[in-house]
Amino acid sequence: MSRMHIKNGRIIDPANQRDEIADLFIDGETIAAIGEAPVGFKAQETIDAKDHWVIPGLVDLCARLREPGQEHKADILSETRAAAHAGITTLCMPPDTDPVIDEPAVVDLIQNKAQAAGFSKIATLGALTAKLKGEHLSEMAALKQAGCVGLSNARHDIQNPLVIRRAYEYAATHHITVFIEANNAQLSNQGCAHEGAVATRLGLPPIPYAAETASIAFHLELIAETGVRAHFCRLSTARSVEMINHAKSRGLKISADVAAHQLHLTEMDISSFNAQCHVLPPLRTQRDMEALRHGLSAGIINSICSDHQPHENDAKLAPFPSTEAGISALESLLPLSLKLVENGQLDLSSAIASITYEPARILGINAGTLSCGAIADICIIDPKQDWTLQADSMQSRGKNTPFAGWHFSGRVSHTIINGRLI
Amino acid sequence: MVNKATRPADPFIGQDLWNIQLQNGQLKHFLTIEGLGSDMLTQILDTAESFAGVNESVKKVPLLRGKTIVNLFFEASTRTRTTFELAAKRLSADVLNINISTSATSKGESLLDTLHNLQAMQCDMFIVRHADSGTAHFIANHVAPHISVLNAGDGRHSHPTQAMLDMFTIRRNKGADFGGLRVAIVGDILHSRVARSQIHALNTLNTGDVRVVAPRTLLPKGIEQMGVSVYHDLQEGIKDADVVIMLRLQKERMSGALLPSEQEYFQLYGLTEETFAAAKDDAIVMHPGPINRGVEIASSIADGPHSVILDQVTYGIAVRMAVMSMTLGHNGKREAQA
Repeated sequence: MSRMHIKNGRIIDPANQRDEIADLFIDGETIAAIGEAPVGFKAQETIDAKDHWVIPGLVDLCARLREPGQEHKADILSETRAAAHAGITTLCMPPDTDPVIDEPAVVDLIQNKAQAAGFSKIATLGALTAKLKGEHLSEMAALKQAGCVGLSNARHDIQNPLVIRRAYEYAATHHITVFIEANNAQLSNQGCAHEGAVATRLGLPPIPYAAETASIAFHLELIAETGVRAHFCRLSTARSVEMINHAKSRGLKISADVAAHQLHLTEMDISSFNAQCHVLPPLRTQRDMEALRHGLSAGIINSICSDHQPHENDAKLAPFPSTEAGISALESLLPLSLKLVENGQLDLSSAIASITYEPARILGINAGTLSCGAIADICIIDPKQDWTLQADSMQSRGKNTPFAGWHFSGRVSHTIINGRLI
Repeated sequence: MVNKATRPADPFIGQDLWNIQLQNGQLKHFLTIEGLGSDMLTQILDTAESFAGVNESVKKVPLLRGKTIVNLFFEASTRTRTTFELAAKRLSADVLNINISTSATSKGESLLDTLHNLQAMQCDMFIVRHADSGTAHFIANHVAPHISVLNAGDGRHSHPTQAMLDMFTIRRNKGADFGGLRVAIVGDILHSRVARSQIHALNTLNTGDVRVVAPRTLLPKGIEQMGVSVYHDLQEGIKDADVVIMLRLQKERMSGALLPSEQEYFQLYGLTEETFAAAKDDAIVMHPGPINRGVEIASSIADGPHSVILDQVTYGIAVRMAVMSMTLGHNGKREAQA
């Protein structure tokens, strides 16, 4: 078993309210001690973390790795390596792969690939309905047993509300969290931009607020009635934040996340038909962006995720409405989160909690803290390093990012997964 | 072989909002009215005025001899394609008509492939119509630098030559000063690239009062931010108007639950002798065509003394000749300098 000594780092561990300069000792796969070395501890490897931050490894609530099914875009090896490089030690994968994650064999396949790759760990969400078709329930208990941390129908609409209600009842029976991408497909009506002045000027098919908010309202009622534990994914509107806040104050067992790009971009960013800013849900107004930031600092939104969607170049080389939505975002998750701190929009501890402890808690996994005895998933950051994001230098196979050319402070210097330096 | 000077990745990366239509202040592409000043629009109108004579008597000038112009239509069109073709021929250019059904090439990859193939045939100009908003900009961003792109309609975004022929028609009928004019655009604003381009053009030319008239289901959100006042009642909306522009109502709007029926639409928004009485006595009626008689406009109005609908078609040739010669003329200058 290997033993590692990380010395002189600033240890920031929001779960334990720790923020101090101290040494951290890893024994095998777990954190052995912080502060004084355990009796008889002899390190085989020492990392000098002077002037560095030592934080829990990042947990990303939503990353599409494109395998199985779309290996021409990316694969588990390429994306888990990119994630590890970006300080992300666990990724959560939605079930809309091909084949869909609706049976244990697919979960096994993904876990085998991830283990063979040896980089970031993968948590999988199982399909809420068979083949994501919204007709029959998936074998939820079997999926849970196979290791799925939750269930979701991804962005696939379920037409029949009765199916949703029964799915939630059945998930509640087995104490499984459901992950909801709130979107009413009829109201979205194949739109590609926020319904407002910019979409009107550009003549882009619009997506109204109600496509998200009407869906949230509907799901909240079923959550209240069934008692299922639910997580709302990728909020995009100010009203959504209000609704989640109200539902939480009613005592519902819910949580919510926001994609990092929603905290930095608005509808204005598509105004030159910039397909790199084609995302779903769409970029909304300045007011919405500020409400999302506020929701995060107020704890209404629990987590920031990457919503990673790597694409081949051709996917973005078309007129805006015909391009595929999504950003290759693993490598901008930490930088964009730290930028909120730099700009005074979020305190450092909350920012780190929102990409470590909070998502781990939502997934119910043993990660996101630097407690003694915890799995040693650790990210070490040089907070003084200034750098510029360049699409061509990204590790992900998807080079599709609207953040190329952005300047950031703070960069990952080391990532440790299961006690092993990557 | 890797050529480091050319960048295969998306050229939009790091691109700021710059107006690719203009090069050194000259018109290089014609993609949208937005971003062009009143002097540029006036120059187009003046140039069109000089070609209007060519249309009527001489029929042909050698201005674009040796140039190859490609009509690249991904969406059906008769009028626009024909007038572009006529305009090109009257300028002595060679014209290639290519109609590609959108279903066959709905992916950007094949769109780019199509472009690259045509480019390899030494074309000088692409005239593009496509169902996706932003297509003309996309193509202008990806063609070889010697090629000009003219937008013949992209999705709901823009149809700038139509807007300019409409401005030409208004100027011929109402004079060059738009300041005192009240212009009402009536009908399906939501899906209309023509309306969007007209609104930009009218506002750039300092039109006194620009109005849109439609039920809420046919108005895009935030339209007033484009510089129009919004009316839901036809008679109120066209009251004392100098110009009434009727838009075509597509039949499929009924199935999309945007309207209850053609009958109710005609009753509320159809331009008839009775409703048109609200406009000024010398008001003109325009329509980008093709018209739906008895849906948005009564035959007595469409064929009546106030209608300039057929003049619009005629002027369309002169305006398109103007835009073609301005964009390619600029190319000629550049080549001469090089």
